[in-house]
Amino acid sequence: MTIATPSGVTVAELPPTTRISLRIADPAAAGLALPTAIGARSAEGARTALCLGPDEWLIEAPEADRAAVLATVAGIAAPHSAVEVSDREITYALEGPAVLDLLATGCPRDLARMPVGSGARTVFDTAQVVLTRETQVRFHLTVWRSFAPHVRALLDIAGRELAADLDRNWLHG
Amino acid sequence: MLLIRCPYCELELPELEFAYAGEAHIARPADPAGLSDEEWRDFLFIRSNPKGVHFERWRHVNGCARFFNAVRETVGDKFLATYRAGEPRPDVATLKGDAK
Repeated sequence: MTIATPSGVTVAELPPTTRISLRIADPAAAGLALPTAIGARSAEGARTALCLGPDEWLIEAPEADRAAVLATVAGIAAPHSAVEVSDREITYALEGPAVLDLLATGCPRDLARMPVGSGARTVFDTAQVVLTRETQVRFHLTVWRSFAPHVRALLDIAGRELAADLDRNWLHG
Repeated sequence: MLLIRCPYCELELPELEFAYAGEAHIARPADPAGLSDEEWRDFLFIRSNPKGVHFERWRHVNGCARFFNAVRETVGDKFLATYRAGEPRPDVATLKGDAK
């Protein structure tokens, strides 16, 4: 479902994807190309690995690759935890020239400083989310399924306010 | 809003991503069964609560999820330093408040 808000920021729910939460102390032992800087993301074909913490990664892959990804993480010899969380979360794609203003209505982090191709776990109006910056004007917001209606409603309201230019007073003083 | 430097993310990030987690550097007794009731009470509940420089734990719960330690000046609510869990206390005299 895609709704183009009047402000020109589109909010689209992305189709289901495979997500693995991987915890491992020594990323080199995983045999995957895992980035070690928090916030960095590596891509291997359609598979991406985002470093969320010193020992935590979020691996995403298309649904068609699910079996292959599960077999890969199951084959890691070192002690680790790999949990499939595909159905736990929903990813929204937010795109448009006002995307930073839209996200600033709920996220306290300075997202203008987030490099393209990186990501982070942060918060959107008290709901924990994972944000990745795909391009200068496109973010993916991944949120737990039960929080999604709340976040979605706030994004839609903020999009309408941006369109009505009501934001000028309280976003930019 | 306070900006807090996470020693794992190595970024200054908004306070809303963090959670306070009590006083730091309180080691669990090696032999809890050998303690008197008063000593156990002191370990569990009695805290220093100083006016001034306070060593305390924080967790970057909406971020990298790590616990770390911070030195905060409680009168001005100013962070003097943050450092990773397990590292020794920094020398307060050398801190200039560059962790915001």
